[in-house]
Amino acid sequence: MSDILLEVRNLTMKFGGVTAIDNLSFKVPRGSTYGLIGPNGAGKTTIFNNITGNYIPTEGSIIFDGEDITGTKPNKIVAKGIARTFQNIRLFKSMTVLQNVLIGFHDQIPYSYFEAIFRLPRYHRHEKRIKVEAMGILEEFGIARYADNDATALSYGNQRKVEIARALATKPKLLLLDEPAAGMNPIETRDLSDIIHKIKKDYDLTILLIEHDMKFVNAMCDTVTVLDYGEKIFEGKPADAIVDPKVVAAYLGDFTHA
Amino acid sequence: MKNAIIKLLLILLTFGIIAWAHRTLDSYTLSILNNIGIFAILALSYNLINGVAGQFSLEPNGFVAIGAYVTALLLIPAADKIDMFALVDPAPIILEMHARFLPAVIAGGVVATFVALLLSVPVFRVRGDYLAIVTLGFGFIIRIFALNSPAYTNGAMGLNDIPANANFLWIGGIALFTLIVMLHIVYSKFGRAMKAVRDDEDAATAMGINTFRIKTTAFMTSAFFEGVGGGLLASFLTTITPDQFSFLLTFQLLIIIVLGGLGSMTGSLVATILVMGSMEWLRFLDQDMVIFGMHTGEHPGMRMVVFAILLIVMMLFARKGLFGDRELPEFLKAKFKRKDEA
Repeated sequence: MSDILLEVRNLTMKFGGVTAIDNLSFKVPRGSTYGLIGPNGAGKTTIFNNITGNYIPTEGSIIFDGEDITGTKPNKIVAKGIARTFQNIRLFKSMTVLQNVLIGFHDQIPYSYFEAIFRLPRYHRHEKRIKVEAMGILEEFGIARYADNDATALSYGNQRKVEIARALATKPKLLLLDEPAAGMNPIETRDLSDIIHKIKKDYDLTILLIEHDMKFVNAMCDTVTVLDYGEKIFEGKPADAIVDPKVVAAYLGDFTHA
Repeated sequence: MKNAIIKLLLILLTFGIIAWAHRTLDSYTLSILNNIGIFAILALSYNLINGVAGQFSLEPNGFVAIGAYVTALLLIPAADKIDMFALVDPAPIILEMHARFLPAVIAGGVVATFVALLLSVPVFRVRGDYLAIVTLGFGFIIRIFALNSPAYTNGAMGLNDIPANANFLWIGGIALFTLIVMLHIVYSKFGRAMKAVRDDEDAATAMGINTFRIKTTAFMTSAFFEGVGGGLLASFLTTITPDQFSFLLTFQLLIIIVLGGLGSMTGSLVATILVMGSMEWLRFLDQDMVIFGMHTGEHPGMRMVVFAILLIVMMLFARKGLFGDRELPEFLKAKFKRKDEA
């Protein structure tokens, strides 16, 4: 077991003539919280989509837990232990909070179509088991009392929690969070970072996150990579990132040539 | 455990009512009930792919036709086939095929399932409303095939004298079975996954769901029961022609499942009873009526006008259908909860 859980190696992603990611490499150590930051359009979400198999990299490879997973189908990637949340919350809107989390268990339920249709013992056993487990996750997030509410009827902050809870249900080793604190007020943000710290410990997770809120990044991340136009311009501690001249230039514009 | 016993009792009670109706009711009432039963099977299965899995498709008429022809050809004795096929002699395989009632009906479903598999491989590899286009075209192809292959289907003359084995015991029983199967699918990991695909396909994939497989599963299950329903229809009507399986059949089923609520199985069942029943119950409108001493005269087709108006009114007041995408018990629970809070 190597201490690197995820390695992105020389990743290049082109959309027609546009190079979204340019020869990017970074390593996420096991058990760490790693941040991807950068201005809008820097290619952060594209990296996520490459890791989760939604995009196939133009060049380069993605190594997860010692295995090359480049080009694997998105649903297979989940089975390997990578779960994600989306930038704009994407809950299943016709379902309750509990049902949303139950979907996350899909791959861990062994009963077949016929066992479900004829309600054989395995159906009952596993349905009971995952309901207990799902309620456990919801309790961890402090939203167990909303279990039977429609997921979209919850507050924005709680919907975020449901989305992360749903991702946790897939039993990931690596959790990808795409702007988890976006649109939250400072209190909700603090609440969320507490919860992420807690689940990271309880579920033995490694976290890769995209975020703009630097306070949040400072509090969460061990290491950050700063991207600008698909290129890495900084890698190191979050506190050093905000004083790095290249990073400042990327966010605020380059004044030296003005 | 308690729930399981209640469920079993409910099933036995329903089957008891079906058996009672089969023994005591007159043939006119039974023919209405048979019609409702067959359409319930078709609407329930159509709702699985269209409502639960959210894949807009227009396939029922094609699969019903397949089921009807396969079952009919299996049921009709070889001697009758030789008499019946007036245009050309029947193909040897048509003469050879024969089966008892239940295997014949199941065979209709199996053939439809197989065709559904062939269709779904190209269709579900891409996203979008291709399924609707492909299945619409498929329905036309089946009809044209039936019209133009007299050696297999007796062409436009259709098949007559199909043994009338489908009584209300069979039709009601299979409709009950279909309802149970559909509810069991909806309340399992498969039903949840189908709804997830309907709500947000990307998020479903991010949960590890193989969306291609789930969509194919839903489509094949729908096809199976549509084929079975077609087989029952053939045996119930005892005569089938290609024109019976036009797009109008699909359209009628679409009205039923939208009225009942896309994704609600119990909604489809209630809507089937309402739609198929009111077609009969509104018959008095076609006849001469006396209103305040004045004769209205006969207006054949008046019931269709009233029926259409009723549909419009219902859809105005219940946009998402009768029960939305909930099942009847959940719908009632939600209704009463809201009243308690108010």
